[in-house]
Amino acid sequence: MNYRMIAKSIGNLLMVEAACMLPSFLVSLIYMESDLPAFAWSIALAMLGGFALTCLKARTPDLYARDGYAVVALGWVLMSVIGALPFLFSGAIPRPVDAVFESISGFTTTGATILRDIERLPHGILFWRSFTHWMGGMGVLVMMIAILPSVKANTIHILRAESPGPTPGKLVPKISQTAKILYAIYILLTLAETILLLLGGMPLYDALIHAFSTAGTGGFSNRNLSVAAYGSAYIEVVITLFMFLFGVNFTLYFIAFRRGGLRNALRDEELRYYFFIALAATLMIAVVNYGQVYRSPLLSLRHAAFQVSSVMTTTGFSTVDFNLWPVFSRLILLLLMFIGASAGSTGGGIKVVRSIVLLKTVQREITRINHPRAVRAIKINGHVVDEAVVSGVMAFFFFYILIFVSAVMVVALEGRDLITTVTSVVATINNVGPGLNAVGPMGNFAGFSPLSKIVLSLCMIIGRLEVYPVMLLFFPGFWKKGI
Amino acid sequence: MKIIIVGDGKVGFNLAENLSREDNDVTIIDKDPEALRKADETLDVMCVRGNGLNTGVLADAGVREADVVIAATTSDEMNMVCCMTAKKLGAQHTIARIRDPEYASELGRLKEDLGLDMVINPEQAVAGEIARLLEFPSAVNIESFAEGRVVMMEMKVAAGMPIVGMSLQEMTRRAPLSILIGGVVRGDEIIIPRGDFVICAGDVIYVVGRPYRVIQFFRRAGVQPQKIKNVMIMGGGRIAYYLARYLDEMDVGVKIIEIDEQRCVELTEMLPGALIIHGDASDESVLHSEKLESMGAFIPVTGHDEDNLIAALLAKQYGVGKVIAKINRINFSNAIRNLGIDNLVSPKITTANYILRYVRGLQNAVDNPVKTLYRIMDGRAEALEFVADEHTRCTDIPLKKLRIRPGVLVAAIVRRNEIIIPGGNDVIKPLDSVILIAYETRLNDLSDLALSEE
Repeated sequence: MNYRMIAKSIGNLLMVEAACMLPSFLVSLIYMESDLPAFAWSIALAMLGGFALTCLKARTPDLYARDGYAVVALGWVLMSVIGALPFLFSGAIPRPVDAVFESISGFTTTGATILRDIERLPHGILFWRSFTHWMGGMGVLVMMIAILPSVKANTIHILRAESPGPTPGKLVPKISQTAKILYAIYILLTLAETILLLLGGMPLYDALIHAFSTAGTGGFSNRNLSVAAYGSAYIEVVITLFMFLFGVNFTLYFIAFRRGGLRNALRDEELRYYFFIALAATLMIAVVNYGQVYRSPLLSLRHAAFQVSSVMTTTGFSTVDFNLWPVFSRLILLLLMFIGASAGSTGGGIKVVRSIVLLKTVQREITRINHPRAVRAIKINGHVVDEAVVSGVMAFFFFYILIFVSAVMVVALEGRDLITTVTSVVATINNVGPGLNAVGPMGNFAGFSPLSKIVLSLCMIIGRLEVYPVMLLFFPGFWKKGI
Repeated sequence: MKIIIVGDGKVGFNLAENLSREDNDVTIIDKDPEALRKADETLDVMCVRGNGLNTGVLADAGVREADVVIAATTSDEMNMVCCMTAKKLGAQHTIARIRDPEYASELGRLKEDLGLDMVINPEQAVAGEIARLLEFPSAVNIESFAEGRVVMMEMKVAAGMPIVGMSLQEMTRRAPLSILIGGVVRGDEIIIPRGDFVICAGDVIYVVGRPYRVIQFFRRAGVQPQKIKNVMIMGGGRIAYYLARYLDEMDVGVKIIEIDEQRCVELTEMLPGALIIHGDASDESVLHSEKLESMGAFIPVTGHDEDNLIAALLAKQYGVGKVIAKINRINFSNAIRNLGIDNLVSPKITTANYILRYVRGLQNAVDNPVKTLYRIMDGRAEALEFVADEHTRCTDIPLKKLRIRPGVLVAAIVRRNEIIIPGGNDVIKPLDSVILIAYETRLNDLSDLALSEE
């Protein structure tokens, strides 16, 4: 392990975070509210800590795969702690565990909150909450790679550990260039959404907050009722569309724009599955809800589409209290939470492409029983998926479920009802935000004990970083020297 | 520049490593996922898995916008076809590795027909390098600039040489020779020596100057550069063939020991001037009976690194003055260097260096071209030759007034036939060739020599 280089990278990360607090600082300056000193102190602390770490001299600049994992896991934990400082200092969230929970929920783009009344918070704090979504969505380390010039080749390990999906790759030969392109697409889409929301009559401040939350597929709003507060069909449709767009693999945008290969992009297998799963879920929910909950078929479709898009991309906005929906609709939503968005998007969950690989593996096993000597490779987009990747996906799935079950066991100690207990973990490990019953769209996580909050916070980071970086920290072999 | 490398073997990897470090956009194409994985994890390059002959794969790698396509797979034919396809698809320059001597004779026509811009034959290149090393046997390594008017020699200082313990000032005072010591490697450290620098035993020094001046310096330093009169080559492969031809031109006697009788007959046909011995050169008695100890140089170039190294060590024990061994696996070159063998050559490294030089030349082809470039001190420093022209910023200013970039040394200025080892009052004039040594920094242009005025 190259500890010094890891510390250096984390130092850079903290400085980037400090810079990212500036917009929130500006907002609180404009509104002149009580949170101004909180941001000033947080920025100063992050700057100081970051600078101190970057001053370390590393013997070699080499980072290997496990160093990359360590940077990402430790970096995210530290970043979340620093990100919680404005909440603490401003008194918006007085208890440290709660503040860190909120900050982690922000960076991991979960959108689960422990706040009961959001609207009384200062503007700067609310802006920061949503901005953490935006940073965490594409990845703060990816941002670091994009803007810091001194980045070496081996940062590919950092990019891999932070980006979601089984095989994150580069778009262009240079890694910093790749990171820049990803952020450029990200910024463009965010801008487009902000403008469309403004056209729908949303105030600029609200438009920015919702655009950031959608972009990171987070789900923090500045209104207690989330998107439902605006009561506008136009705004709901815009947000539905953009939630879906941010759940698409960003590589496809690059392919579609740069090489004029819109057709190639649309032919992508994962995109197709993603689209059809969303479509099928929307239709099923709309049909079941029609008559039982909603009178008008169009209204039923609109709410179904919004919730499916919100839950599948793991954003977690809500226009209705889907906790009141029929069991079948709720179960579909629960299932979508696990499937999640596409790899290489800002969404969470297991990811569509992994689900495809798992399905195809099952299919292959069945073929193998019928034809014991058959040689079948698993293909995606016509390309053979490496066997190492296939077994990696299966191990990932098992590990994911294992963590899920363990977390449920711990949260169960609270003695709440089964649905609340299970969905609180589902909603956090998949970075969705709202679950069902007490943690439903109209509820929050405030009532949990500190132990549960810590476990759920861990679940969020594990879900966002896709299990391995965080879990590695708990294995002693990871820290041993020379092995 | 956008560069595509087809074939991720040792040459491909080495090229990718150097070119990507120099801020080029490098894409590697290979069929083997294992090889690509290594490149992907350690280098800042893009990897495309597939056959380099496939137009789809080439297009995926961005051949249309590519400035250079380098084909370095193991197959000559594949390299040729790959370059041809790449050129048709829109690549600007193509470089192919072609090693079969059968093609060598028709290289000119092949190049034209296939649209190849550069062809490299690793065996021939490495033979050329060995021949050059034999020309100046006392140097560990030698590079030439300005059409051979200036050379840079690498020399290891041994204990007991008169220059040990002398400072550079003292040396010039005793014998003004107009040479320059451009760099010293001491242990792991690289030093740009100043006047008060004292030479120690064990240092490796880089001496720049006119060839005869440098030889004079060597003589003063206690090294007797003798012309090598006869050379024994172990192994009769392609390198031996090319080398024998070069040595024949240099009027050096050649003795080749080859184990395969059939090949011996072939060699006698192709090399009338050389003495071909049929025998196993790893057998000490054969070497002994062929009078290894009386040879000026011994060059093992068989396909087995181990045999080459053992034979080289044996030759050193017999007291052969100059031993140059060929090795294929370069991973352990640092350990091998300490064994006492004079030089190690590797066809793969030589090939990569040649291509690198060509690509760099392309990069700078617009103006102020790098005429020559050598990587020295294990690649930690570069010796470069630039030609100044009227656009160069730092002409006609005395060097002492220029704010020269740290880590850069002006080693020599060549003005027509005059060679200046520059002092503070000398100036660079248009049309001069300027030889620079740059440590851990990179120069693209002669104007980069001076820090800008701001």
